[in-house]
Amino acid sequence: MNRGPLIFLGIFFALAFSWTGVVLTNQIQYGSLTPYYDQNEGKTYPEKPSGLAERGRLVYQDLGCLYCHSQQVRRPGFGADAERGWGERQSVARDYVYEKRVFLGTMRTGPDLRNIGARQPSADWHYLHLFDPRLTSPGSTMAPFGFLFEYRQIVGERSPKTLKLPAEYAKLHDLDRPGYELVPTPRADALVGYLLSLKDTYEFPEAKPYVPRKAGGAK
Amino acid sequence: MPNVSSLAASLNPATPTDMVARAELSEIDASAKWPVIVFLLSGLAWLLIGTGFALISSIKLHTPEFLGDYEWLTFGRARTAHLNSVVYGWSTNVAFAVAFWLMARLSRAKLRHGGLLIVAACFWNLGVTIGVIGILAGDSTSIEWLEIPPYATPLLFVAYALVGVWAVITFRFRKSEHIYVSQWYLLAALFWFPWLYSVAQIMLIFEPARGTVQALVNWWFAHNVLGLWFTPIGLAAAYYFIPKVLGKPIHSYYLSVLGFWSLAIFYNWAGVHHLIGGPVPAWVLSAGIAASLMMVIPVVVTAINHHFTMVGSFSALRYSPTLRFVVFGAVNYTLVSLTGSAMAIRGFNEVTHFTHFTVAHAHQGMYAFFTMVMFGSVYYILPRLLLKEWPSATLIRTHFWATAIGITFYWLELSIGGWIQGTEMNNANIAFIDVVQHTIPWLFLRSVAGIVITVGHVAFAVNVGWMLLMRRPAGVTAPTLFHSPTPLPTPSVR
Repeated sequence: MNRGPLIFLGIFFALAFSWTGVVLTNQIQYGSLTPYYDQNEGKTYPEKPSGLAERGRLVYQDLGCLYCHSQQVRRPGFGADAERGWGERQSVARDYVYEKRVFLGTMRTGPDLRNIGARQPSADWHYLHLFDPRLTSPGSTMAPFGFLFEYRQIVGERSPKTLKLPAEYAKLHDLDRPGYELVPTPRADALVGYLLSLKDTYEFPEAKPYVPRKAGGAK
Repeated sequence: MPNVSSLAASLNPATPTDMVARAELSEIDASAKWPVIVFLLSGLAWLLIGTGFALISSIKLHTPEFLGDYEWLTFGRARTAHLNSVVYGWSTNVAFAVAFWLMARLSRAKLRHGGLLIVAACFWNLGVTIGVIGILAGDSTSIEWLEIPPYATPLLFVAYALVGVWAVITFRFRKSEHIYVSQWYLLAALFWFPWLYSVAQIMLIFEPARGTVQALVNWWFAHNVLGLWFTPIGLAAAYYFIPKVLGKPIHSYYLSVLGFWSLAIFYNWAGVHHLIGGPVPAWVLSAGIAASLMMVIPVVVTAINHHFTMVGSFSALRYSPTLRFVVFGAVNYTLVSLTGSAMAIRGFNEVTHFTHFTVAHAHQGMYAFFTMVMFGSVYYILPRLLLKEWPSATLIRTHFWATAIGITFYWLELSIGGWIQGTEMNNANIAFIDVVQHTIPWLFLRSVAGIVITVGHVAFAVNVGWMLLMRRPAGVTAPTLFHSPTPLPTPSVR
């Protein structure tokens, strides 16, 4: 094997093979997939993300949330995604067409977040959970995001977004000074807006909600 | 031009090779000296930085409050800084250094235009530095293995363009007629990497593809960085150093041809197995799984080739630091690749996907295989460039045992922990928070393993620093071995 040009050709075609197969073919096959128009509701799905959710996505991106949380629900019978209530149906490619950056994720140090907006619709819960995950989820190993919150003097009226800390916790951490409040920064606001927007609670012809098998039918 | 003493120092008195060939090699080494040293030392600095971020991230996973108030060190950023420091800082720098030296030696041509490479090294390291600082500051792209923010990537591109131009020139000016298997791997790697990187940059960052096509591009790139960039360079080094140290030819030329081409054809389809069960076309997953299983061919072929080269010479492992590191790496290449093929099978993947099992697997590939082979290569190359021997065999021994035991323990315990995590996660009767709690002891053990590995890295760094600072001894020197002055099985052992 002493012919340089021949070796080079082989090297070239080896990668061209998978570049064509994995990248190009898929780009052609579904690189221009469109949203689905639901005639009954007169709307298209998935819906476009709001401006707040878009900003929140950038916070999700800069903090690296995807290294512990996936955003994909696998089909029933493959893993326990459905049984854990992570989604009513499996995720399909069409769910992601509006996402400028897709965060499928490869790790579940924490639970899947594809439908977190439907599973946990309370913004207050999310604020507390982000500030100190152990407040809402004892035993969690999630990183605390205290730096997304501000402890400040109340000017005028108390903010409606003030974190509702348990009294004992507030006392222990010196967060109960009179005339002060703990509030989310705009970044925390955006992040929670993004998390609440994560819900694939609609149907596509190719993806219908999962109907649990009857007891006895289960293996 | 080498002076008399340096020429003499490059000679091993017992070597039967003729003087002319030796003098030629010594000239080649002298021409490669500065570019290779610049890449090696910057790689070493990144290794230490990356190790620091590794420890911080590892501790955070079982003790989340640790450094919890610092936004720039939050887990998602520290972990990403670790990955990019060790992949683009340490691994790529050392891969460049070893590739240049091997290319010059195997082409039997002096390394020309070394200044070009030093400029490339400056650009590359500036790019990685800005990239890692950008990640810590919150500009990460959050695309796995491509987190370096877009304002730093042009620097990397310039660096790589210089390297590419240089590699083509060197190969064109080669004197040797025969193209050795290591050269195929090096050429292929140097060609494949920029293709992968530029496609990924364009389709993910500058003109993002729609929806989950991004995920396919991402894993086509990320897995191929391992398979078509680090693996070929690791194998090129193994194919060079095992026969070189033993002073005998590689077992079979035909097996090395088969191993190379089967790797080239199958590896690049395998990456999509990271998306099994995900929202991408089923056919591409099936193709990825098939390719992953076919990877058994190049792996077994290469393992047989290396093993039969070693047969009859295993005792050399007692003496030669280079051989010990490289063989440790080669054995792990076989193990990690076979595990990887298994992990692509749907039933196996159902358990291991999304767990720390994958993390253990990635470290076995990048560390137990690639990094250990690179350590071995550095132990061979550096004395020939500096014309001095390693100052301390004890430090080499510490380096070997700390890293070998550390990474083996890391891989073993985290694989067990990851497997338990996977089986529990697939059982909806176990609350998710319990699954999380059950991983903590294993994550704690991982930090312990990390500290052991760190000891090895410090020993390595001290030895390199000491070697650089110490005065060059006059006249002929003997290589630093684990068990000198025992008579050596072959004369060129180091």
